[in-house]
Amino acid sequence: MSNDRKIRVLIAKPGLDGHDRGAKVIARAFRDAGFEVIYTGLRQTPEMIVSAAIQEDVDAIGLSCLSGAHMHLFPKVMELLKAKGVDDILVFGGGTIPDEDISKLKACGVAEVYTPGASTQDAIAFVRDNLTRK
Amino acid sequence: MTFDPKDLQHLEKDKARWEEQTLGSHLERAPERSDPFTTVSGKPIRRLYTPLDVPNLDYPEDLGFPGEYPFTRGVQPTMYRGRFWTMRQYSGFGSAEETNRRYRYLLEQGQMGLSVAFHLPTLMGYDSDHPMAAGEVGKCGAAIDSLQDMEVLLRGLPLDKVTTSMTITSTAAVAWAMYIAVCEQMGIAYDRIGGTLQNDILKEYVAQKEYIFPLKPSLRLVTDTIVFGSRHFPKWNTISISGYHIREAGATALQELAFTIADGITYVEEGMRAGLDVDEFAPRLSFFWDIHNDLFEEIAKFRAARRLWARLMRERFKAKNPRSWMLRTHSQTAGVSLTAQQPYVNVARVALQALAGVLGGTQSLHTNSMDEAYALPTQEAVTIALRTQQVIAHETGVTNTVDPLAGSYFVEALTNEMEEGALEYLRRIDELGGMVRAVELGFPQQEIANSAYAYQRAVERQEKVIVGVNSFVDETERRPIPILSIDEALQQRQVERLALLRKSRDKDRWNRAMDDLRGAALGNDPWGKDLLMPRILEAVKAYATVGEIIGLLREVWGEYTELNII
Repeated sequence: MSNDRKIRVLIAKPGLDGHDRGAKVIARAFRDAGFEVIYTGLRQTPEMIVSAAIQEDVDAIGLSCLSGAHMHLFPKVMELLKAKGVDDILVFGGGTIPDEDISKLKACGVAEVYTPGASTQDAIAFVRDNLTRK
Repeated sequence: MTFDPKDLQHLEKDKARWEEQTLGSHLERAPERSDPFTTVSGKPIRRLYTPLDVPNLDYPEDLGFPGEYPFTRGVQPTMYRGRFWTMRQYSGFGSAEETNRRYRYLLEQGQMGLSVAFHLPTLMGYDSDHPMAAGEVGKCGAAIDSLQDMEVLLRGLPLDKVTTSMTITSTAAVAWAMYIAVCEQMGIAYDRIGGTLQNDILKEYVAQKEYIFPLKPSLRLVTDTIVFGSRHFPKWNTISISGYHIREAGATALQELAFTIADGITYVEEGMRAGLDVDEFAPRLSFFWDIHNDLFEEIAKFRAARRLWARLMRERFKAKNPRSWMLRTHSQTAGVSLTAQQPYVNVARVALQALAGVLGGTQSLHTNSMDEAYALPTQEAVTIALRTQQVIAHETGVTNTVDPLAGSYFVEALTNEMEEGALEYLRRIDELGGMVRAVELGFPQQEIANSAYAYQRAVERQEKVIVGVNSFVDETERRPIPILSIDEALQQRQVERLALLRKSRDKDRWNRAMDDLRGAALGNDPWGKDLLMPRILEAVKAYATVGEIIGLLREVWGEYTELNII
């Protein structure tokens, strides 16, 4: 990646969940840390998120879900990315997510999952250190 | 009946002397831990409160007696000496059958009222077989698609004895119609049906974000339920004006109070615009507060809210019935304060928050369960949460007298500042053209987003200590706790149930009911006058589903698009 291009992150709210506090806070924290942030707004289908990610040419996607539907929505995003031949966007997630689901989500390609109490600085550092796009 | 100015002058001198002689040398030897000290909302707190901090406190004007204007000390004359608050655990998950079993269990355990949690598709007006419902069925609450599900949800429950709260807003009219229809089947007369509908649409645009329609038709629907309720349901609170979600979205205690009261003002104005006398419906307006970690700030918020609302209702809206002046409230401990780290510690947080709610004079209370940073609670976790309320009620003694903290210089000063701060926000909102306009402009949304971000930064900079999160961290202590999981096969069962329902119901009755509703929704009658509620009730009885009824209204009214605010 060239030095003059900011890292682009899509913060996305999949599904019907309206809890957007975390998504907005993380979006702002990334922006303050010098990232280019695109926030999708609420009620996005996995299809809409993947198409926005491709269109906006993002380096990372942050998925936020607090409705308990993460086990359907996050893997669906991963599946659609794969189907589109996209394998270099770093996907991370956050929400009210039980520990046992975190390992399952990681197994299908979600790089990291944050639960309530997580630090925005940890997420920012993680994304910086783990970007796969060059 | 205020302090004598001469006494205050004397006290001021004495305080200066104390600062010089006693405090000064002490601070040199032992400096304080922090500067400034602030509440969880970031409000600075002084070292010491004395009469100098409440120089104009006028007992009869500002506090009065419980059960009387301005209700600062509580809405009932005896408060918890008469009866405790209603212990009402918000609950619902999976299927109607499972949730019905949980309700029976909670009632057996001493719970005093029901509180229905619906799953997101119901809240958003989609049936379980809609593509948007994929993965969401039964997750955040019970899957209720039609009257058929509601019949199962409420089977065998003593609806003539307990009151039921339904946490639902955009689709509240449909859920209420279903509840009424089940009560009719049970032979319970309208005037004996007691409960509360959340129905506070403004806070959806501001914070909770479960909006569907644009603001105007949404307000029309809410007003319609207020009109319908005021005519037929004397024991039903048609709206629960909710600060809870505003706070959870990141607002400070003051913003929660101010924006919620501003929403309340709007509903009063809409009700009056629909031709109702303020005293016809204001007694059925109820409120819902969040109870966060800062004990005294929360208590002050409850007390200020009662006084502020009483004054507004009497002075601004000229209400004459004392019941119209009375701010009755449900409250819930702050979900957002629960930590995923060291989850057992949440039991302590919840207990202290619940104590604040009780000292604040709540009428009804939900205590969160320790496992809710992960998922909906298990039965064991809910039982501990309910027992926490029972301990406060029966063991602590705080219920023995009314408003025990009144007269504390600190609590009264905080109460005053809370009321003054809220009035300042109300003035700004009035200047913008009222709350509806303020919401259209994104004013409360931006204020809340700013506060949420400021709070997060304060936590990450260690300016605020969260035990187990940024201090006293002990990863080895993070033991797995039991988590409730929802049966993934439920969605398929609901889909099959819906298919069967659509085949077996009376098609003609369904057609007639839906046509009738469409006509009413299209109508341009004065606000609230064409009464959508009776038509929704008929559609529900014809076994029209939530998705069908709301789908029709979506077609007629369109959908709301949110401003992109971060």
